[in-house]
Amino acid sequence: MSNPLRIFVPVKRVVDFAVKVRVNPAKTDVDRNVKHSMNPFDEIAVEEAVRIKEAKKAEKKEVEVVAISCGTAKAQETLRTALAMGADRAVHVEVKDDATLQPLAVAKLLKAFTDKEEKKPDLFILGKQAIDDDANQTGQMLAGLLNWPQTTFASKVTIENEALKVTREIDGGLETLETKIPAIITTDLRLNEPRYASLPNIMKAKKKPLVKITPEDLGIDVSPRIQTIKVEEPAKREGGRKVESVDELVDKLKNEAKVL
Amino acid sequence: MTRSTLNTFRLYATGKKTVPLTVEKYPGFQRDDKYKKLTSTDVDYFRSIVGDTGLIYQNEDDLEAFNTDWMNKFRGQSQLVLKPKTTQQVSDILKYCNEQKIAVVPQGGNTGLVGGSVPLFDEVVVSLQGMNQIRSFDDVSGILTADAGCVLESLDNWLGEKGFMMPLDLGAKGSCHIGGNLATNAGGLRLVRYGSLHGTVLGIEAVLPDGTILDSMSTLRKDNTGYDLKQLFIGSEGTIGIITGISILTPRRPSAIHVALLGVDSFEDVQKAFKQSRIQLSEILSAFEYYDNNAFQIFKKHNDARSIMDNEYPFYVLIETSGSNKDHDEEKLNTYLEDMMTDGIAQDGVVAQDESQSKRIWGVREGLTEALGKEPAVYKYDISMPVSKINDCVLEMRDHLEQGGAFGKPDSPVIDVVGYGHVGDGNLHLNIPAKSADPRVLELIEPFLFEWVSKQKGSISAEHGLGISKNQYLSYSKSESMIKLMKTFKSVLDPNGILNPYKYLPTK
Repeated sequence: MSNPLRIFVPVKRVVDFAVKVRVNPAKTDVDRNVKHSMNPFDEIAVEEAVRIKEAKKAEKKEVEVVAISCGTAKAQETLRTALAMGADRAVHVEVKDDATLQPLAVAKLLKAFTDKEEKKPDLFILGKQAIDDDANQTGQMLAGLLNWPQTTFASKVTIENEALKVTREIDGGLETLETKIPAIITTDLRLNEPRYASLPNIMKAKKKPLVKITPEDLGIDVSPRIQTIKVEEPAKREGGRKVESVDELVDKLKNEAKVL
Repeated sequence: MTRSTLNTFRLYATGKKTVPLTVEKYPGFQRDDKYKKLTSTDVDYFRSIVGDTGLIYQNEDDLEAFNTDWMNKFRGQSQLVLKPKTTQQVSDILKYCNEQKIAVVPQGGNTGLVGGSVPLFDEVVVSLQGMNQIRSFDDVSGILTADAGCVLESLDNWLGEKGFMMPLDLGAKGSCHIGGNLATNAGGLRLVRYGSLHGTVLGIEAVLPDGTILDSMSTLRKDNTGYDLKQLFIGSEGTIGIITGISILTPRRPSAIHVALLGVDSFEDVQKAFKQSRIQLSEILSAFEYYDNNAFQIFKKHNDARSIMDNEYPFYVLIETSGSNKDHDEEKLNTYLEDMMTDGIAQDGVVAQDESQSKRIWGVREGLTEALGKEPAVYKYDISMPVSKINDCVLEMRDHLEQGGAFGKPDSPVIDVVGYGHVGDGNLHLNIPAKSADPRVLELIEPFLFEWVSKQKGSISAEHGLGISKNQYLSYSKSESMIKLMKTFKSVLDPNGILNPYKYLPTK
């Protein structure tokens, strides 16, 4: 672990969680002309990084939190939010069209950035998945490319000297892993509750450095490997009905719902 | 105060509604015998108008919701609820009631706060909940026509799909009807931006007490032809006609909404923040609300809300901006907020980064009324006065209650005096939570408060209306000659006095 501990937090600008998503008339994508904000799992990642920084400060250990986002110029809004939450500096990898930017490309960009950076990261904390594509791939692919250990779906993170202890939420319950730093962590919902961006911090954020680079600078081809052919709304849910008897229920299950 | 009477106010604790009858709780009301007592012939006639499914007769359980107001403060003794589905049915009902001299209470969402929507005695309740269709919408002009029984939030959601919104918003939006909103001239959270219903309503369809259908459902933005009768119905609280249809101008839904919360040290700072917001945010300001820390403490008592700011402050200001360009609005808002901090007007603040945060910040302000409703008893006042006097009102009431021996000691009946409201409109919601409904406390508050408001040339009811809570105090805000003229209008339009008797105008 270098001094200071460097935590990189990739963040993604997505359609806001509260927005009702609609398919566009061409049926090729969703309507992106709506409110956007930081992916909720990425908010949790930023929050965790800032909390580690605050905890280590008490131990007189320095931590640097770097927020990174790959996307169009609008991604800078998301980076400003990260800075307002407590990140120290931000990096914007500007891409012309981020609707086709896929997890593998993002993982490659992050790996190339890591290789290029003089001040190497010790930890990547990522959201477990983005709420627009629900891919749940970037963290894992990045771990593969960097050949670092990965601790995904974290619900608790502790750093003691060189060791990283992470509790993961799995189907059977909770699993605790211990590994060495550098490593990848992806955040799950119960890891923490992100803070609000306070005014003093929003003001401080304006003075924090935000650097812009391009995929060309990093030598990465971000063209998509997967093509979306069609986007459709799910079938409309039909109203439920009341039945008068068990026989009627069986009849309907057999002949209408066709599940028997 | 006996144990049983105490229990009647612990409604949320016991779960069973044992709301006392209004006429027992507030002696002094006398049933006017000019009104006919219902006979089975009457009920049969009504049945022939609305059908079997359109009425509730003598079924106590079903009648309870219509007889009791939302706050569980007032309960009437109606035996009959009618649910017409068309304007013609409303007309037939009223024509008959007028001939038979049967008293009627029009009812919308029953979310009123002054007891205006429920009967006192056996008045027949005419509920508009069966008339809930949207009639038409023009997406070029934004003019919406709809039945009076449409729920405000449903209308807003429907308009939202088309990129428009209702020009008013209030905490009761999930239950209140647009007809009721008009009848009470509801104000709400966005009046500071979109103005009052007197400006946004273009037309009304109403049924007069004698059954005449007044079709004033204009969809014209400009029409200067004769006395503007619809203005009389807006805010008339169901006393001169039943509103059955509305035509309203709806604004475009803004694409960029920002919400910020500030913590400030004094009410002077609240005023400074407001003054500056008018200058720096002007055309994009869509809400400017305040609440004091005392109100916030009551909220915390009944909610598991996580703190929004690290510290607590004597006053909180909620600012919302709405506009068509996110970047422009953000720049204006950030400049304003920065100035608030550097000038020392705001001690701390928070800007919502996404919809969920916006909802949570609003959730505190919108949840204050409900939290206060969970206190054993609460005296609610909705008053308007010069903005600079708002906090003075709270302080002087606290002082007055302390001197009267009702507040300040551990065993005092009054828990606190809290203030919140639409400070931008000079509208204070003064709330006094208490350990029980104590007549001594009420005596200390009224008429002291109304006299105080009158001295400030303010209104004893800024937006909640008069109902039966404030009608007797009308002279504190309106002159004798004005009240006389109002009574003249009432007697011309409703000579038999069948619509919402005992309410709205002073009975003496």
